[in-house]
Amino acid sequence: MENNQASEGRSLELPKPEVLKRLALSDSGFVFDPVTGNSFTVNGSGLAILRRLQHETDLSRIVASLGEAFEVDTLSAERDVIEFANLLRNTFR
Amino acid sequence: MKPDARLTVAITGMNAVPDNPGAGLAVARCLREAYGERLRIVGLGYDALDPGLHRQEYCDSAHLISYPGSGSDALFDRLAEIHEIEHIDVLLPCLDAELPLLVNLAPRLAELGIRSYLPSREQLAKRAKDRLAELAREAGTASPETLPITHADFFRDCDRKGWPFPLVVKGVFYDARMAANREEAEVAFRAIAAEWGLPVLVQRRITGEECNLAGIGDGHGALLGEVMMKKRATTSRGKAWAGISIHDEELSAAAHRLVAALQWKGPIEIEVMRDNRGIYQLIEINPRFPAWIYLSHGVGRNLPALLLALVLGEKTLPLAPPRPGLLFIRYAQETLVPLSSFESLMVEGRSALESEKP
Repeated sequence: MENNQASEGRSLELPKPEVLKRLALSDSGFVFDPVTGNSFTVNGSGLAILRRLQHETDLSRIVASLGEAFEVDTLSAERDVIEFANLLRNTFR
Repeated sequence: MKPDARLTVAITGMNAVPDNPGAGLAVARCLREAYGERLRIVGLGYDALDPGLHRQEYCDSAHLISYPGSGSDALFDRLAEIHEIEHIDVLLPCLDAELPLLVNLAPRLAELGIRSYLPSREQLAKRAKDRLAELAREAGTASPETLPITHADFFRDCDRKGWPFPLVVKGVFYDARMAANREEAEVAFRAIAAEWGLPVLVQRRITGEECNLAGIGDGHGALLGEVMMKKRATTSRGKAWAGISIHDEELSAAAHRLVAALQWKGPIEIEVMRDNRGIYQLIEINPRFPAWIYLSHGVGRNLPALLLALVLGEKTLPLAPPRPGLLFIRYAQETLVPLSSFESLMVEGRSALESEKP
């Protein structure tokens, strides 16, 4: 709960929202960018985070949503989301 | 008298060497998809080993024509000869080197009844490689700096002149080779100068992702039916071996500006590099459809069929919205050719295609 409070209202540093929104996500974890033609794969955790990042940038809300859907503690979820956001920033520089 | 009531379309560029195929076969394939057997397709090539001339699914007959180097009179005479036999309604050239000749010949061919949809001499010259930077500036598009050179000595101390390796060495009409050092640059210079003449162009190398756009200019500044593709695998000569359809409004806008600046009429391919900052750099403009044009049929925008409708002055059907995410992968395949067909092409320069029954 403390961690939730710590992350409340915090926005993640992410690629531009329009870039994330345009990505085509498949349940298999295949991700396609229709503008650049690039594709890559993500695992189940990555896919769950990416789906949420397409319409949410607030860290605490993303972490809470992940906590509701999966058996994951807040600290781990927060760490995973931040790491994944860094990865996305590098990918869509 | 015309032996067949069907519309007859002659298509050049039936060569299909795997590392650098012509577009003719793909154009014929698109038209076959759109029109089926309601269309007669006459394949035109320069070599009896051009595989497209032997593909009976796409060509109803095949003829050899004279090389562009033989001059426009020789080409006209040969086309007139073929016209006597085939009664060509429409000619669709698919090779860069043919365009200057056929643009000049278009009025004479039209007198024979052969229609085409080609740019003017001025439009053609304006998109030439040695004037590309000027055009890019006019259209507000970025392009890598390019320098015409006439001697390989340039590469001795080019880095001191502000042109460090790697560089791209290009022919004015065709061919582009990457040079990582002086030796490679000199080899590229000699090969390109021998084949395509002087000057040879030196271009700064842009690193990034190559995307191409194909479309048709209506001759009044509009670009019709653009289809975009990102290369996913290339041949040793940098030609697309695999690619995927994309749609980027930014690239579309740049292409529309370029076509408007050119007032382009006819098929066009715009080659760009998306550099590491995400900026599209204009690399080349080709005055024809690309060899990957079959992708246009795949995404519901059959551009050769649209071109034919424009040539014939028919009402064009609305095109499908852009469909990113369709992949193409090229492959090599053997075509079986009866000796009689090969003999006929070699000896008479023509062949009615026959099937090889094993």
